[in-house]
Amino acid sequence: MPFDVYLNVAVGGLLTGLVYGLMALGLSVIFGVVRVVNFAHGEMMTIAMYIAIVLFSALHLDPLVMLVPISAVLFCFGYALQAGVINPFITRPEHSQFLLLVAIAIIIINVLLIIFGPDAQSVQTSYSYDSFQIGKLIVDATKLYAAAAALTVAVALYGFFQFTAIGTAIRACADNYTGALVVGLDVKHLYALTFGLGSACVGAAGVMLVLIVDVTPSLGPAYTLLAFVIVITGGLGSMPGALLGGVLIGLTEAMAGLIFTPSAKSMFAFAILVLVLLFRPQGIMGKKAA
Amino acid sequence: MKRKSPSKSPSKAASVSRRVFTAGLGAVGFTAGIAPFNIVRAQGAALKVGVLLPRSGFQAGIGQDCQRGVDIAAGLLKDMGLPNLQIMNADTETNVDVARSRAEKLIGEGAQVLMGAFDSGQSSAIAQVAEQKGIPYVINIAAAPPITEQGYKFVFRNFPTAGMILGGAFTAQKEIFAAVGSAPKTAVFMHVNDTFGTSMAGGIGAVMPKFDMPYKIVETIAYDPAARDLAVEISKAKATGADALVMVSRLNDAILLTREMVKQRWSPMAIMSMGPGWYEDQYLKTLGKLADGPLSFVPWYDPNKPLSKTLEEALAKTNPGVSLNTNHVYTFEALLIAADAYKRAGSADPKALADAIRATNITNNVSPGPGIQFDAKGQNDKLKISGIQNRGGKLLTVAPKEAANAKAEWPLTPYDKRA
Repeated sequence: MPFDVYLNVAVGGLLTGLVYGLMALGLSVIFGVVRVVNFAHGEMMTIAMYIAIVLFSALHLDPLVMLVPISAVLFCFGYALQAGVINPFITRPEHSQFLLLVAIAIIIINVLLIIFGPDAQSVQTSYSYDSFQIGKLIVDATKLYAAAAALTVAVALYGFFQFTAIGTAIRACADNYTGALVVGLDVKHLYALTFGLGSACVGAAGVMLVLIVDVTPSLGPAYTLLAFVIVITGGLGSMPGALLGGVLIGLTEAMAGLIFTPSAKSMFAFAILVLVLLFRPQGIMGKKAA
Repeated sequence: MKRKSPSKSPSKAASVSRRVFTAGLGAVGFTAGIAPFNIVRAQGAALKVGVLLPRSGFQAGIGQDCQRGVDIAAGLLKDMGLPNLQIMNADTETNVDVARSRAEKLIGEGAQVLMGAFDSGQSSAIAQVAEQKGIPYVINIAAAPPITEQGYKFVFRNFPTAGMILGGAFTAQKEIFAAVGSAPKTAVFMHVNDTFGTSMAGGIGAVMPKFDMPYKIVETIAYDPAARDLAVEISKAKATGADALVMVSRLNDAILLTREMVKQRWSPMAIMSMGPGWYEDQYLKTLGKLADGPLSFVPWYDPNKPLSKTLEEALAKTNPGVSLNTNHVYTFEALLIAADAYKRAGSADPKALADAIRATNITNNVSPGPGIQFDAKGQNDKLKISGIQNRGGKLLTVAPKEAANAKAEWPLTPYDKRA
């Protein structure tokens, strides 16, 4: 097979992996601070995707233009969910949290099914079928825009956590819950803020993914699973780890599909997960538990 | 020592008084007297049909499309003088295990016949349940050959097997190649790796050599039916440099594959599908001009049969803008088979119904071929395959010649040359 085929597939996998990484970043941020695993992560992403579809079909608003407003809506949704529903479960056993978030996921799927029906829906922008050709390399325009937006959002989020007072306070909550309470931080508010930020991340990923994949109400669980694979591979709670995990999984799926068989794409992604769990259980960039 | 009560002695309890005997005789006479009315009542009562379709999950769009065939059936069957059907809907959730449990639940709730389930894997699971419980099951759409090769007594399929589809497809393809004076020399074969797709893939190897086709398969690419991104698959197919793309797919993947072909700037000489997806309304609506050109070789309908026109009109009334397709036709015919058998059996007794279905001989039908009859295995082996082409949002029959209403446009207009 010519080398350019490998190159094309690798670039495609890398770009898709970056968007996967942003989606997983939300999950990692939430777990890293609140210590709650968001089992409704993929479903929250489908909410953002449907908002993008509605805005596009009703008002012809380009999803990339609506990236910030839709992320803001998801932020509010996430904040309200944490403050109103999840906070009382923070001190409860993990299986209670698990059941709560699975229940939320099922509710989201069924509400979307009632409102939008089961048919796959998509956004057809003027650049939906565009691609850039550089020599023998053909780059999918939508994937390129989505990956660029994913990188921008990830950098912005990193900047927020590193260089703002609220970001520092959130990191303090993550590092030492009791210490944060002692110094008078409003931990519940900061938790809700973090859940909101994680939701905004997955909202942004959803807006970008709607340019690449068709959306159905049942799309969520597959992406929730994918996000788990990515964050466990990259390291739970590690922001760079989530992006790295996304790229690794995206590239692995693409190259395995090309070299072996496309049916085995997911198998190779899970094989990476198994290897990481065996030889580096904390993930590639995760910290070892004290 | 305990004394036995004389009134409870076995001999006394078993004795029959003159009064009891007279009452019993009266009851027998009454029952015999109303027996003919019982038959009439059985005829008048609606037959309970459990309709199993994938109404959610990744096949939901097709399941909902099949439901349109169910929705228009009631009025048409009544006009044909057939008994009423009481439809009991169930969702298989595009999941084999759910299909099995829903079938069991429907039977538990009183379903007298099962119908469905579009997908071969789900239909196989339902067939096992139907056979185990002794309830007739009429498959609307499912092509995996093993379903009617198990020696089942209660399972019937009015849909071609994978081998029949392939044989019919190759015949129709050769007819088109001869008509346009051109044929591909190489083809890449892509298929979903579900039960239907793998059956078709197995069938190609077995059936194709018998037809001496002008092209050879240079690469076979299997992919997950729930795949979110098919870029790698198209890259791989494009790299083979094949003249044509031979497909066995579903709806969502057909849309994804077309998009990828456009983005990766690959336009083969022909796209020849032997499954669903490429001719469906959602494919046509979603892709607009990009949907034009693919040829689908599928179990279709004979546009010249009177019942086809009636079905088209009924669908146009209930679903304006929706074109009649395989999903509607074979779902409707499955219900037609159940209603016709119920009328002839005169009873909802499962064995009587199964015997009546086995003896089916419906000539006033919709699908191409002489009509609906079943062989000893419960398979309608007389169905014919049509070649249809998407053109300007419409579906034109281009093969076989006797049922064609257009000539095939050949080769496929390259995607980058379309307005």
